[in-house]
Amino acid sequence: MAIGLHNSDMKNPVVRWIDQRMPIFTMMQKEYGSFPTPRNFNYFWNFGALAMVNLMIMIATGIFLAMHYTPHTTLAFDSVERIMRDVNFGWLMRYVHANGASMFFIVVYIHIWRGMYYGSYKAPRELLWMLGVVIFLLMMATAFMGYVLPWGQMSFWGATVITNLFSAFPVVGQWIVSLLWGGFSVDNPTLNRFFSLHYLLPFVIVGVVFLHIVALHITGSNNPLGIEPKGPQDTLPFHPYYTAKDSFGLVIYFIVFAVLVFFAPNYLGHPDNYIPANPLVTPAHIVPEWYFLPYYAILRAVPDKLGGVLLMFGSILVWFVLPWLDRSPVRSMRFRPLARIAFLLWTVAFLVLLYCGGKPAEEPFVTISRIATAYYFAYFLVILPLLGRLERPLPLPESISRAVLRGGGPLPAGAAAKPMEKA
Amino acid sequence: MFRTTLKAFAVIGGLLAALPSPAGAAGDEIHLPPVRFSFDGVFGTYDRASAQRGFQVYKEVCAACHAMRLISYRNLRELGLTEQQVAAIASQVQIQDGPNDEGQMFERPGRPSDRFRSPFPNDAAARAANNNSLPPDLSVITKARAGGAAYIYALMTGYSEPPAGVTVAEGMNYNQYFPGHQIAMAPPLNPDQVQFADGTPATVENMARDVATFLQWAAEPELEQRRGMGVKIILFLTVLAGLAYAVKRKIWADAH
Repeated sequence: MAIGLHNSDMKNPVVRWIDQRMPIFTMMQKEYGSFPTPRNFNYFWNFGALAMVNLMIMIATGIFLAMHYTPHTTLAFDSVERIMRDVNFGWLMRYVHANGASMFFIVVYIHIWRGMYYGSYKAPRELLWMLGVVIFLLMMATAFMGYVLPWGQMSFWGATVITNLFSAFPVVGQWIVSLLWGGFSVDNPTLNRFFSLHYLLPFVIVGVVFLHIVALHITGSNNPLGIEPKGPQDTLPFHPYYTAKDSFGLVIYFIVFAVLVFFAPNYLGHPDNYIPANPLVTPAHIVPEWYFLPYYAILRAVPDKLGGVLLMFGSILVWFVLPWLDRSPVRSMRFRPLARIAFLLWTVAFLVLLYCGGKPAEEPFVTISRIATAYYFAYFLVILPLLGRLERPLPLPESISRAVLRGGGPLPAGAAAKPMEKA
Repeated sequence: MFRTTLKAFAVIGGLLAALPSPAGAAGDEIHLPPVRFSFDGVFGTYDRASAQRGFQVYKEVCAACHAMRLISYRNLRELGLTEQQVAAIASQVQIQDGPNDEGQMFERPGRPSDRFRSPFPNDAAARAANNNSLPPDLSVITKARAGGAAYIYALMTGYSEPPAGVTVAEGMNYNQYFPGHQIAMAPPLNPDQVQFADGTPATVENMARDVATFLQWAAEPELEQRRGMGVKIILFLTVLAGLAYAVKRKIWADAH
C-alpha cells in the first residue's frame, strides 16, 4: 500500500480526518461491521463474545478490589472482609469477581466444547485453536493465584498442594517450588508474588485474546456444518445480525450470573475459605475450586506423584496437538456418527472427573476416576486418530445456504450482502 | 434455533448440577435437623427481634470465649438499635487505646466505632483458658461452616450423653452434629440462662435460633440489600432478554 493518507469512506468530517490518518474506523467497520460471518451459527457461537465480556468484567471489578485489598498474610483475610462490610458496594464487587471466575470457566468450557464438537480446531484454524489453549492455561494460572489472595484455609492449603506438585519433577522440581514460594513454605512472599502476577496475567490474557481474534479474522469463523462459506449467499455481515444475536445471549448470560451473585454467592466456594489461613491446621479435605476438579481427579487417579502430575498437565497440553490427532477432513460431528458418540462419551468422562475431583480420594471414586482418565486420553490418542481413517462420514451439504435457507436455494447475490446502515 | 438455545442452557445446567456441593465435598455425612429461619429462601429477611435477642445471647454467653473481631458496635444499628443504645452497649467495655501524648497506652470506654472487644488478647491466651482448644472467631462463622446457620442451631441443640460404646475424651463433650462428635465446648446454652426483655421464653431452642440468626446477620450483613437488588436486576434483565430476542427476530426476519 502506498504511503499517504488513507482513502476513507467515513461521512463525518472529524471521523474522516482521524480515519485518513489512522484508519481505525475503517478497520472496525471491516472487522465488526461488514465482516462476513457464516449465516448458520447456533447459540454456541455466543460464547466467544461472552468470554470477552467476562474478561472485561473481571478486570474492571479486580481493579477496584485491588484498591482495597492488602496483600499481607496478617491483613489479607481482614481486608477482604472489610471490602465486604465497609467499602461501598464492596460485597457486590467481590461477589461479582469471585463468581465471575466461575462464570468465566463455565463460558470458556462451553466455548472449548463447541470448538471440539464442530471441529473448529482443524485446518486452517490450528493456530487460532492453539492460542485459545494458551488463553485457557493463562486463565487457570490467574484463577489459581486469585483464589489464594483471600488467604483462607483453602487458599493456603490449595496453594501448598498445587505448588508442591512441581516438586515431583526431577532435578529442577525443588528449585521451581522455592521460586514459586519465594522461600521455604507458602508464606508472605508467596502471597505478594501471587498478587502481583494475578494483576499482571489478565493483561497478558488480553494480549493473547487479541491474537486469537486476529487469527479468527484471517480464517473466518467455523460454523455448525463445518463447511467453508463459498460466497456471499453463505454469509451475513457481523452487524447487525450477530451483534443482535450476541446481545440476546449476553442478557441470558447476565441472568445466570446475577442468580449466582445475588442469591447463591458462596454456593461455588468452599466454607473453609472463610476460616483464616492457619499453617498448623490442615483441613479434612483439601479441594481446589470446582473448575480444577477434573484435573485434580486425574492427578489423584495416578498412584505415582510424577506420573499424576504429568498426566494432569498432559490432559490440557494434549489439546495443543488435537488438530493433528484428528485427521478426519470432516469438521462437524454432525456428519461423523462414530466420533460424535465418542466425543459425547468424552464429555461424560470430563463431567465424571469433575464430580470425582470433589470427592475424597477413596473408593469407589478412585476407580471411577481411573476409568474416566483412561477414556479421556484414549479419546484423543487412540479413538480420534483411528476414526480419522476408519469412519465413513455422512454426506456434507453442498453449501451453507443450501442447507439452512428455506426453499434450499441460494439468495440472489445482492440480498445477503445488503449494505447495512450503522453508526 | 430455539432448540439449540435450550441445548446450550441444558449444558450450563448440566455443568451446575454436576458440581459437588461444598457440603458434599466435606465428606462427613451429618444430617442437620430441620430448622426454619426468617432469612430462608430467596426473599427471606432478618427477623430484627430475633437477631437482637441473639446478640443478647452472644453478649451474655458466647462472648465469654468467642471473639467477633470483624464486627463493630456501630453495626448493631442495622439490627434496629438506636444510636443511644449502641453507645451504651459500647461504653460497657474497656478498650485499650494509645499511645497518648506521653507515649502511654490507656484504657477508655468503648465507642460505637470500636470493633467488638475480644475476650482474650491473643490465641495463646484463648487456648490457655480453654483446655488448649481455640474458640473460633464468630464474625463469619455461618459462612465458614457447611450448613451455615442451620449448623449453628444444630450444634447448640445437639449435646447429649454419648451413645453406648462411645467414650468421650477427658474435657470433651459429645455433640451429634459436630464433625467427629467430640467438642471441647461444654453445652453453652441452658434453659433460662438469659432473660429476654420481650418476654420470649429462653428455651435452648429459642436461644439457639436467635443466636444463629444473629451470627448469620454478622456474617452476611449485606444479605437483604443483595437480595433486594438481585430481584430488581433479574426482573430488569428478563424484560431486556425479551426485548433483545424481539430485536434479534426482527433483524433476522429477512435472513432465513
